Amino acid sequence: MGSLSVNLCGIELDNPVIPASGTFGYGYEYAELYDINELGTFSFKGTTKDPRFGNSTPRIAECTSGMINAVGLQNPGVEKVISEELPKLKSCFYKPVMANVSGFSVDDYAYTCRLLDEQEQVGWLEVNVSCPNVHGGGMSFGTQPEAAAAVTRAVKAVTTKPVIIKLSPNVTDIVSIAKACEDAGADGISLINTMLGMRIDLRTRKPVIANKMGGFSGPAIFPVALRMVYQVANAVQIPVVGMGGVSSAEDVIEMMLAGATAVEVGAANLVNPYICRDIIRDLPRVMEKYRISALKDIIGGAN
Amino acid sequence: MKQSLFSIVSNTPLTDNVYKMILSGDTSAITAPGQFVNIQLSGKFLRRPISVCDYDGETLTIIYKVVGKGTEQMAAMAPGETLDILTGLGNGYALAPAGDRPVLLGGGVGVPPLYHLAKRLLALGKEVTVVLGFNTASEIFYEQEFQALGCKTFVTTVDGSYGKKGFVTDALPEKYTYFYTCGPEPMLKAVYRATNTSGQMSFEQRMGCGFGACMGCSCKTLTGSKRICKEGPVMRKEEILWEA
Repeated sequence: MGSLSVNLCGIELDNPVIPASGTFGYGYEYAELYDINELGTFSFKGTTKDPRFGNSTPRIAECTSGMINAVGLQNPGVEKVISEELPKLKSCFYKPVMANVSGFSVDDYAYTCRLLDEQEQVGWLEVNVSCPNVHGGGMSFGTQPEAAAAVTRAVKAVTTKPVIIKLSPNVTDIVSIAKACEDAGADGISLINTMLGMRIDLRTRKPVIANKMGGFSGPAIFPVALRMVYQVANAVQIPVVGMGGVSSAEDVIEMMLAGATAVEVGAANLVNPYICRDIIRDLPRVMEKYRISALKDIIGGAN
Repeated sequence: MKQSLFSIVSNTPLTDNVYKMILSGDTSAITAPGQFVNIQLSGKFLRRPISVCDYDGETLTIIYKVVGKGTEQMAAMAPGETLDILTGLGNGYALAPAGDRPVLLGGGVGVPPLYHLAKRLLALGKEVTVVLGFNTASEIFYEQEFQALGCKTFVTTVDGSYGKKGFVTDALPEKYTYFYTCGPEPMLKAVYRATNTSGQMSFEQRMGCGFGACMGCSCKTLTGSKRICKEGPVMRKEEILWEA
């Protein structure tokens, strides 16, 4: 059997498959179904400084080959995540976990990351810069290179753990933002977050989602995600984590050929809770089919 | 929760747009009346959450209304076809607080989950009264089925074309020890106001996963935020927080 292991920012992963934040909670719902230690790691639910209920419902809309969500970063706040969620997580997952962090100001990010940095089980900090900057007129941090770099610097200053900046695809030039994060000290880049989308109910003639718009994810966005991963991986020296519509072992390999060191799986978990395990178990077969002996050898192979 | 393949035994219309589907498969994950299943349909991305009407060791009965393309697709399925289903989702109704004479109030496609609940309450020796509310006579289903179980059964229609004219709350029995209800939210609100005992209410919401992972169906309650799919769909009257 070929080798599935990869090294993500200095930490060895048994395989490159990582359930994406917001689709895997803190792991224990899935741990009821299978041993989640089969995963490379997982990125836990986006955590903020303060508790958040999130947006009004409906928060979910179905699309052709995908879905829209406008959950709005519901989470109990970093203190409760540390005191209540992480102990439960530890009981079903023994590997380093990826901590996903969001914020509404640079100080928010630094506060949350500083607390999570102290948690032994946290291997990486994945910093989501797609949130609106309340001090910056509500524009997302991830849409401006300077703002994304400011978040990166602030987080790097409070942690020794690898910092992976998670980028939004809703920008004109994702490469310049990725480079700004790299220059500011980021250890890795993950992309893509969801694409801004919308559905309208023909009966009510109103948006399906209470928030009107939300993040579109699922297999439909895979080609867009792949293209952006390819562009960013070609422009930066740091590792790239690819995600967006991945739902098969073939998709994982395609993302890696585009330049991804590891691959996150999001929306697919919500439809088939076993999908990440199934992908991991299917990878050796697909690797053999395409004569791949070690996954780490194919990273960026399409460049 | 369990993911498994079920085979369709029958799929028959009960009214113009309400269908009853009996499936055979592994029902071992279903632990309480009022739970739901989440059904994968070919060509559809998200699963369809449908309440469990009845189940035993090897069969599952669901009743669904055709409201969109997914349920249209289900209505066209034939015996022998298979469906990938997540079973054992949600908390379901708790039987313990029922008292001797519980009343069950169902509106439209909120009626089905009350069927297995009635069975279980009758098995505990309770005197079960059921009030089924519909818009009009042609939409009525399961009146005889509840009667056949041995429930005292009343029907209300909004237009008065059958049974008592009005809503389920217009046919509340004089004395009951506890209530269980499922139906559209305006009905739940009316039941909340009209009942003078404690009770349990089953809620609906658009869901992503149906098993607690995505936080798509969260709601606020007096005891904190809850996921309709995981800590719900059944809430105790005392914890409900009506918004707007």
